[in-house]
Amino acid sequence: MSALFAKPLSVLNVGIASFADAIERRGGAAVRIEWAPPANGDARAGAALARLVNDARVEAANAQAAERYLAAQPRLEGIGVAREALPGMGTRMILHAGPPVAWERMCGPMQGAIVGAILYEGWARDAEAARAMAKGGEIAFEPCHHHGAVGPMAGIISPSMPVWRVLNPVHGNRSFSNLNEGLGKVLRFGANGPEVIARLNWMRDTLAPALQAALGKLGPLEIKPLMAQALHMGDEVHNRNAAASSLLIKRLMPALLKSGAPAADAAAAVEFIAGNDHFFLNISMAACKAMLDAAHGVASSSMVTAMARNGVEFGIRVSGTGERWFTAPAPLVNGLYFPNQSIKDAAPDLGDSAITETAGVGGFAMAAAPAIVKLVGGSPRDALANTLAMTHITLVRNGGFTLPALDFAGAPACIDARRVVDTGILPVINTGIAHKEAGVGQIGAGVTRAPLACFAKALVELKTSCR
Amino acid sequence: MYIHKRVANLYRDSVSLMQLSAALGRLPGVEQASAVMATPANLELLRGARLLDGAPSASPNDLLIAVRGKSTAALEAAIAAAMEELQRPPAQAGAGGLAAQPPRSLQMGLAQVPGANLALISVPGEYAAAEAMKALRLGLNVMLFSDNVPLADEAALKRYARGRGLLMMGPDCGTAIIDGIPLGFANAVRRGAIGVVGASGTGTQQVTSLVHRRGAGISQAIGTGGHDLHQDIGGITMLRGLELLARDPQTRVIVLISKPPSPRVAKAVLDAARRAGKPVVVNFVGAREPASGANLHTAGTLEEAALAAVALTAGRRPARPPRPGRKIPKTKFRKNQRFIRGLYSGGTFCYEASSLLGEAWSNAPVDPARRIKEVWKSSGDTLLDLGDDVFTRGRPHPMIDHRLRNQRLLAEAADPEVAVILFDVVLGYGSHPDPAAEMMPALLEARRNRSLVLVGSVCGTDEDPQGLARQESALRKAGVVLAESNARAVRLAAAIAGRRA
Repeated sequence: MSALFAKPLSVLNVGIASFADAIERRGGAAVRIEWAPPANGDARAGAALARLVNDARVEAANAQAAERYLAAQPRLEGIGVAREALPGMGTRMILHAGPPVAWERMCGPMQGAIVGAILYEGWARDAEAARAMAKGGEIAFEPCHHHGAVGPMAGIISPSMPVWRVLNPVHGNRSFSNLNEGLGKVLRFGANGPEVIARLNWMRDTLAPALQAALGKLGPLEIKPLMAQALHMGDEVHNRNAAASSLLIKRLMPALLKSGAPAADAAAAVEFIAGNDHFFLNISMAACKAMLDAAHGVASSSMVTAMARNGVEFGIRVSGTGERWFTAPAPLVNGLYFPNQSIKDAAPDLGDSAITETAGVGGFAMAAAPAIVKLVGGSPRDALANTLAMTHITLVRNGGFTLPALDFAGAPACIDARRVVDTGILPVINTGIAHKEAGVGQIGAGVTRAPLACFAKALVELKTSCR
Repeated sequence: MYIHKRVANLYRDSVSLMQLSAALGRLPGVEQASAVMATPANLELLRGARLLDGAPSASPNDLLIAVRGKSTAALEAAIAAAMEELQRPPAQAGAGGLAAQPPRSLQMGLAQVPGANLALISVPGEYAAAEAMKALRLGLNVMLFSDNVPLADEAALKRYARGRGLLMMGPDCGTAIIDGIPLGFANAVRRGAIGVVGASGTGTQQVTSLVHRRGAGISQAIGTGGHDLHQDIGGITMLRGLELLARDPQTRVIVLISKPPSPRVAKAVLDAARRAGKPVVVNFVGAREPASGANLHTAGTLEEAALAAVALTAGRRPARPPRPGRKIPKTKFRKNQRFIRGLYSGGTFCYEASSLLGEAWSNAPVDPARRIKEVWKSSGDTLLDLGDDVFTRGRPHPMIDHRLRNQRLLAEAADPEVAVILFDVVLGYGSHPDPAAEMMPALLEARRNRSLVLVGSVCGTDEDPQGLARQESALRKAGVVLAESNARAVRLAAAIAGRRA
């Protein structure tokens, strides 16, 4: 039975604004919808969206996917070696950030990092030979995401690199990430000189064993409570990890001292971690990956389970559409640039680190990190507004990640591709900016948005698979 | 006695938990309460405070609520209160002093106003069906003002709405009045006992305005959109509207307005009307055959429909339609000056005129044989619906923008064979704020230095923003002969030009 006549007329007005004025002048109630053609006027996506809004199957699937995301309990188990730990990792394989991309199309920093990884693995004598090898098709390049892993910026993981091992015992899934090298001349920005390779060697030979010994002593470390605490200390655990890195070292240090690791190694490890405010980032990313993989693969679900960039394309994956990537050109990042650098020098958006936003932290939890908004050019109010805007495109608020500035409401999480297309509100991403040439490093930081076209394409596919 | 509850994997900061603990401690029958993250140290504290004994199976990521008191009921109530507080919906959580973002989708709007029950959609036609489908899927009734929606999409929308008990007005629905509130192009009318279901926007405006002018009122005026009685749609919305009005206790008389439907649809609608349990006045504009049935009353014009409905609500039988009683202005025409030119902003008014004049050429003729060949050049008696797509391409509707009609009015006035120019003026929400002023220069120019009669009718009420009296008085000053309804204006024009209507 229609609720018309029985209840007072209450109108949602879409289109001609004066119709709402007339309703109000005659004492009626009208809300003006700020409408624009959904999906930038893409008729196929618009029609798919219309059939998916409030669809019972999609709603049920999303509830299930979100529940799995919320229930996941990522746990840091230790350190492994990529070739042994990562499922499907080949001996002559290098993993990279974002959706699949061929060598010829890769951006400068990614190519530079791959050259570095080849040198690190000892597959070639010099950079020139490494380049020829990469070009010659001798090495398989695959996305980290295809192997349960995530990596910031270029996201390069080669077989002998140490990786964080994360387990979500609730659903039994594992995820991985490489170890953070710090700032400056580092592989993830495409640097591949001797000092970069030397640091990677040290991380493999000294840092990783020390950390493994410490974690062995400590036992598995629950990551979510650590992230939650860091959110209360001014981090958003994507572009600001100062608090989380401190909390981590606080947990690791006693165990490391008791682990029997050589004192000089322990000291070097502690000094390295203490000198890198982003050390926790890769753990945060692996934890987010574990939570989202738990929610992946629920048929008919429109929940986004990955957002990742390879420096050429921005790609997303959706729970109900399997392993497919939906891509659009990666945007250039409007942000604050270091002295003598500008957007003209920037590589397009790069890295798997948008997995944090996908999991409801990073840009989605910007309200927690007022200190970061200056870096990304805004006021603390903008940070709150960004987080609040994300509530309109997400399925839940994560009670595990509460935000003090918003009266301890949970962080908005579980992006609904339908709502993104319907509202045109695009997921906000806090990100570092890489120089477009290999090895120059980070040249700025900013806020960017996921491209609408990815979500529109996903809806068309979801509509087909929902038939 | 004491009980506890574990909430797995829920983190709250210690300050929030202390506040929660204090609030629980103040509840009746609770001696002591504590909510903590279940770390070994906290569990030890709870044991020390005699809130817990043994080692519950809880991890440091779990939240533990423990309460001590006299009765199980009080303690369970306290646990329930704690759970409620922990699960407080985010909508009630603060927005940090920021204003709510304006809604950017129907779903967002509905989240802000959960009691919303109708979506009024007027987006460009290519997006209209998708927007309407979203609204229906969200459980909203819809008025779809947009035009140019494919018939197949309209059928899909209306069938979906029917299956869920929702009202789908339109596409191409210009006018509705729900609970006294004007939607789209509609007049300000008082509320009353007459319910209208109209497939024609201007038809509904004429009937509702005339009802108001006769002192009666409208319960609801439901629009169906112009294609509802097409055989591919089957009158789904008219049937639904009839059903709603038949059930509505405020409605004592129902008026149905449409162009003549296909015979199969007409039968379905009239069958349903006979079962309505209250008088139904039927005006199928231009129809030749009267509808039969004890509670059915056929009206030949929109005005007759309005008058019949007013009479029926007063318990009277509808009177015979009035003949034009007013004095016909004596005008000296030249020898060849004998034709009527109708320039309409309301499509149904044009159609009604075509039905009454019979032989006139028109772009909206009742008799397909009288379809005009060249719309930009009149000949003989010609009636033009200037709201037709051919005229509105790239410009606003003539109810909003009078320029095209003014130009055409001067062109007709310059034609030496023209005796009478006939037109409508539609007031109400959505229409131009002062049509008389907008038309004035052209009306004055048209009659300069020549004998020519301007005949018009104003569709509107004293409560309309433009003011009926104000508009009529301005038009009279410009020399326009005014009739109360379109039908009267047509008959008057015919009489002046010396023929029957």
